[in-house]
Amino acid sequence: MSIDTFLILEKIILVVIIIAASMGVAAYSTWAERKVAAVMQDRIGPLRAGPFGLLQPLADGGKLFFKEEIVPDNSTKWLFMLAPAMFIFTSLMTSAIIPWGPDFVINGSEGARTVALQVADINIGILYVFGVVSIGVYGIMLGGWASNNKFSLLSAIRAASQAISYELALGLSLIALLMLTGTLSLRTIVEQQHGFWDGNYFTWNFFKQPLGFVIFLVCSFAELNRAPFDMPESESELNMGYHLEYSSMKLGMFLFAEYINMFISSAVLATLFFGGYNFPWMDQVQAAVPSGIFSLICVGVLMAKVVGFILFFMFVRWTLPRFRFDQLLNLGWTKLIPLALFNMLVTGAVILFFFNKK
Amino acid sequence: MSLHDIIFWILSLWAIVCAIFVVISRNPVNSVLFLIATFFAISGHYILMNAQFLAIVNIIVYAGAIMVLFLFVIMLMNLNTDTEPQKSRLVHFAALISAGSLLLVVLSAFRKAELTQIPVTDAGDIGLIKVLGKTLFDHYVLPFELSSVLFLAAMVGAMVIGRKEVVEEKSTK
Repeated sequence: MSIDTFLILEKIILVVIIIAASMGVAAYSTWAERKVAAVMQDRIGPLRAGPFGLLQPLADGGKLFFKEEIVPDNSTKWLFMLAPAMFIFTSLMTSAIIPWGPDFVINGSEGARTVALQVADINIGILYVFGVVSIGVYGIMLGGWASNNKFSLLSAIRAASQAISYELALGLSLIALLMLTGTLSLRTIVEQQHGFWDGNYFTWNFFKQPLGFVIFLVCSFAELNRAPFDMPESESELNMGYHLEYSSMKLGMFLFAEYINMFISSAVLATLFFGGYNFPWMDQVQAAVPSGIFSLICVGVLMAKVVGFILFFMFVRWTLPRFRFDQLLNLGWTKLIPLALFNMLVTGAVILFFFNKK
Repeated sequence: MSLHDIIFWILSLWAIVCAIFVVISRNPVNSVLFLIATFFAISGHYILMNAQFLAIVNIIVYAGAIMVLFLFVIMLMNLNTDTEPQKSRLVHFAALISAGSLLLVVLSAFRKAELTQIPVTDAGDIGLIKVLGKTLFDHYVLPFELSSVLFLAAMVGAMVIGRKEVVEEKSTK
């Protein structure tokens, strides 16, 4: 087995760009969150650092870096250190399988070379996302437990039960989508949603699986620990929840990883249900511009969709009040899971009776 | 040594060391964490054998769900080195006998294994999801469905046991 040096180089560059972009988007999500909150509450929001307060994320980052780092005496030290790192690591891992744009061709001295804008197109595709999501809760649990604080522990346990409950509905809502696409590979799922209208019907999965999308969206709110499901860090009951004992950049990593999670899950939502990098009249655009530019346009379209989802997450946060914890678990187990099963049944019946390919 | 061999040895060493630490570490939380690390090493082995589906299911089910519940219970019980209960002699003895007999079984199973054989990697596509699905729903559809009914029964049973108190509370009100 020989290793293609250029392939490795290409992938490393891609990984670095994606990680840098995730960090950048996450940093500016913190700014956007304040601005959105301010607009919705008729305030001005960050204003002092730079024009429109645009340097605010840098100021916050600098502040967190220079703060005193406190490790509680009775904590389990190595786990206390490990937890934030694990949390941010798992939140970045998912970005590896998202197709950010179509392939483009570079004409070099050794002939044309096709570059894929996806780190890995793996056979198991979306299951990888589930794997990462399911281990993502360890960061919170270990952080909460290692702090040796009641509130942190309570919050960690809340986070774990919430994550486990909503993973089920998340998986079930996706099964219906996967029955439709017949593949797990995110790249193939995106390619199936080519364009916007295929002559008979919309190509985007949202128009084929509206119920599945709603269930998936609600579950991703819960998996992200965002309002209205932000029980693990509800300030009024648990102070700050699992990162109560954290200070300095460790706290920063926890807060930051949540915004990275939001960015990545917006990308997954856009990829699965809203056509990924596809947009209406893309064939005409592709014919008009060179392949490199076309790929850039596609990446821009995906980013626009991602930003749309992030803004939606923020609107919801500043609109809806927080659920009570038993209401949350009830919603997950007795409403969303049966609904997802029903969706699966209907999808199966429709495929069997109307689109049977045999 | 090819790249596959190197990865194989690293993963094997990782799995064995972590498995040993699962047994010898005094703090139950550390045991759980080492067990999770072991699962990751085993998933790595699955990927080497081109069984991506098994690898990811191993992570989702074992590392992601079952071990979270383990950790959950250990955190709630707040087990620590000092609160570890002292087991009686009889339990020690029983553990020794059962572990010894397990060792005998494993030894007899591996007695005839060829040590010189190079680990088979990247061979066959039985682990890929398409092939696995076709095999499960074609050749083994009856056992597959039977086991799923069994799982459903177990799940419903757990629900019934778990809900018992709530129902009684409501009837008394």
